[in-house]
Amino acid sequence: MWGKLSWAAIPFDQPIPLIASGAVGLVIIGVLAWVTLKGWLPYLWREWITSVDHKRIGIMYVLLAAVMLLRGFSDAIMMRSQQALAFQSPGYLPPEHYDQIFSAHGTIMIFFVAMPFVIGLMNFVVPLQLGIRDVAFPTLNSVGFWLTATGALLVNVSLLVGEFARTGWLPYPPLSELIYSPGVGVDYYLWSLMISGAGTLVAGINLITTVLKLHAPGMTYMRMPMFCWTTLASNLMIVAAFPVLTATLAMLLLDRYLGFHFFTNDGGGNQMMFVNLIWAWGHPEVYILVLPAFGIFSEVVSTFSGKPLFGYRSMVAATMVICILSFTVWLHHFFTMGAGANVNAIFGIASMIIAVPTGVKVFNWLFTMYGGRIVYSTPMLWSIGFIVTFVIGGMTGVLLAVPPADFVLHESLFQVAHFHNVIIGGVLFGAFAGYTYWFPKAFGFRLHEGLGKAAFWCWTVGFYVAFMPLYVLGLMGMTRRMQHYDVAAWHPWLLIAAGGAAIILVGIGLQIAQLAVSIRRRDELRDETGDPWNGRSLEWATPSPPPAFNFAVLPNIKSEDAYWSMKQRALQQTRLGEEPPYADIELPRNSATGFVCAFFATIMGFALIWHIWWMVGVAALGAYATFVVFAWRDVDEYIVPAETVASIDRANRSARSAALARRQVVS
Amino acid sequence: MTAFEAAAGRNDDRETLGRQPRLGHAASDLISKRIITGYGFWIFLLSDIIMFSAFFAAYAVLVGSTAGGPSGRELFNLPNVALETALLLLSSFTVGLASIGVQARSGPWFYGAMAATFILGAGFLSIEIREFASMAARGAGPTRSAFLSAFFTLVGCHGLHITAGLLWLLTMVAQVFAKGYRADILRRMLCFSLFWHALDIIWVAIFTVVYLMGAAQ
Repeated sequence: MWGKLSWAAIPFDQPIPLIASGAVGLVIIGVLAWVTLKGWLPYLWREWITSVDHKRIGIMYVLLAAVMLLRGFSDAIMMRSQQALAFQSPGYLPPEHYDQIFSAHGTIMIFFVAMPFVIGLMNFVVPLQLGIRDVAFPTLNSVGFWLTATGALLVNVSLLVGEFARTGWLPYPPLSELIYSPGVGVDYYLWSLMISGAGTLVAGINLITTVLKLHAPGMTYMRMPMFCWTTLASNLMIVAAFPVLTATLAMLLLDRYLGFHFFTNDGGGNQMMFVNLIWAWGHPEVYILVLPAFGIFSEVVSTFSGKPLFGYRSMVAATMVICILSFTVWLHHFFTMGAGANVNAIFGIASMIIAVPTGVKVFNWLFTMYGGRIVYSTPMLWSIGFIVTFVIGGMTGVLLAVPPADFVLHESLFQVAHFHNVIIGGVLFGAFAGYTYWFPKAFGFRLHEGLGKAAFWCWTVGFYVAFMPLYVLGLMGMTRRMQHYDVAAWHPWLLIAAGGAAIILVGIGLQIAQLAVSIRRRDELRDETGDPWNGRSLEWATPSPPPAFNFAVLPNIKSEDAYWSMKQRALQQTRLGEEPPYADIELPRNSATGFVCAFFATIMGFALIWHIWWMVGVAALGAYATFVVFAWRDVDEYIVPAETVASIDRANRSARSAALARRQVVS
Repeated sequence: MTAFEAAAGRNDDRETLGRQPRLGHAASDLISKRIITGYGFWIFLLSDIIMFSAFFAAYAVLVGSTAGGPSGRELFNLPNVALETALLLLSSFTVGLASIGVQARSGPWFYGAMAATFILGAGFLSIEIREFASMAARGAGPTRSAFLSAFFTLVGCHGLHITAGLLWLLTMVAQVFAKGYRADILRRMLCFSLFWHALDIIWVAIFTVVYLMGAAQ
């Protein structure tokens, strides 16, 4: 009846996961109880859970990422403290638990922090920047988000029910095959990624169609803000790479569930094929994450330097070149496979070539700042911190792209330091810059600057203290994922690294405090006009937060930096443009399809993990029925009357006129 | 309008006729929803083809790894496969007829052509299932060797797509029956026919790479 599931799946003998999941459970119950008692449940259901508004979905993506960042960071703290303690001692984490922690850390940080963070920002910002009212497929957008949330949920369920993979964040066979990993850990990994991968694919299709097909009048490709270009490149890579991940994981699932022989040691299986296939997805994935961050930095640097982005066209070209080249370097993740000198040389050179467009970008940002009046706001600090940190990470990457060096450094802590250097210094700093930069647009008030800057310094200093020792340790020969060790020379460096993680912890604490303080003081941080940073692109032409329809009237674009030129015109003429004629606006109706579909996907994933076959069937039927119900609905749009549009737009226009008048007085 | 014009998509914006043009949802405002939906679905199809390409790559890697078991040459029955191919290509033709039928608002053409598509698709599927069953009965199931794992996965994945397509077909017909030729339903019909044709493209590759090259080895 219940497949492999029994009471033995609950780890009663292991206090750490039990206490952790107990605490998480209490928090969830507490939040639910609070929300229910306050009577907010109908509001949440109506306005958020069933919302198909790209802005709301974007915010929910970022919220998911923030919550999962706490989980992934707890894992990091545990690993750093274990390694600090485990010199000639077993430490406090037994090997089977430690292995789950580093696997969960990588899986969560990539799939459920970095991915939802960048997809959330793209979802929120891109339609606003393109001057349109929504993404191409709003309901599908909601489905994509909720499937991602399903994957995150399943990974966390594994904390309490059963176990997680002990294979590392990429489950290399033969270790991940049934014979060496007979538990449900790898199955949790596989099914949560299959489900969230489907969600990511949906988001990718949606955003490509949006960027390529939906524009405000006059918004030609070469007038799109840089972030739209990097979104396009990133989503093209999602659509081209994620199906490979799905296929690869499906093969491993077939090996594990039905006794196939794709990657097994017997029956003619080929385990290096898994490594090739997974990195054919995995290397583009790196750029899927970092290109949107590059887009964010381009927006932030140009805004806070008060200048148009330097070398816009070269930036576009560099982005698209990275998009293509990212598919030609996957083998540098396993030079030690032994493909031969020529093959390794080709992939080594390709890996060095891909650093060139990235270098172009770095110089473009520097030249954008050159001669500008730089405002050192929090997003700008993240950007400058990124440029310095990312260049170091990029150079160690080029070093690893040299096959002979890679043979020495492969799977050492040097490599761990390298990819944290580019992912934290690139993706995460970018996500934080974007979060601070667009927060006022999303909620109508700015984040507290002082706490934001303090958090930035803790993160940056903490990062260097935590990861520079890992470079040293790698050169001293320490391999990754060690549960304990006996080399005395390593110990002090690992203590320093643990100290760095503690500094980052303070940074995260400050970010939470920043959010709390900003919400409390929202009236003094209020963004009245919708343009708090003297911005350049169209999202700043809308009120903060933007109404459901974004733009009362679709803007007519005549140049790059569309909003900047509108603003300059208004400043010269000392008044806003004529009031446009308002009309009714059709918007897509909310739909519970995404949530209900994800509900069934969760049940189906859980049932598949535990081999509860009847439940799989029921859930599949439920998911199909959900789509039929959606397909059968008759009214899929509602109308915002012209009067409502007019009153919202007039309120914003008067706020902007007042701001314009203030500026005239000052100058 | 002739059926030919309809098939060529010259009535793209029929859906907006009789409606007050509004400064509406960006999608309907700037470019027809039909184009956006078709475009998005094409991108999905490309991603699906990439997924198949991963299975093709795995098959190409493992085709020689028979682990002492039978190879394709010993297993494949080309006349059978030729029949499968004929059924599937014919079904692509009939789904084309169904698209024309729906554009021309002709019930008999639409339902007739969809029924023919279903029969042809189900026929294809039953031959494939019989082929799989007979191979398994001869001890050449997917667990026998890496080659057979890759074969069953690649061809079976296509078969699963056909199965999903048949379910979609039935849902599609039920929807037209219940709701009539509504604009959103016509867009779904466009996607369905694209999906069905894409499965043909993949089948042509399977036919060539798996069966023809396998039998020639």
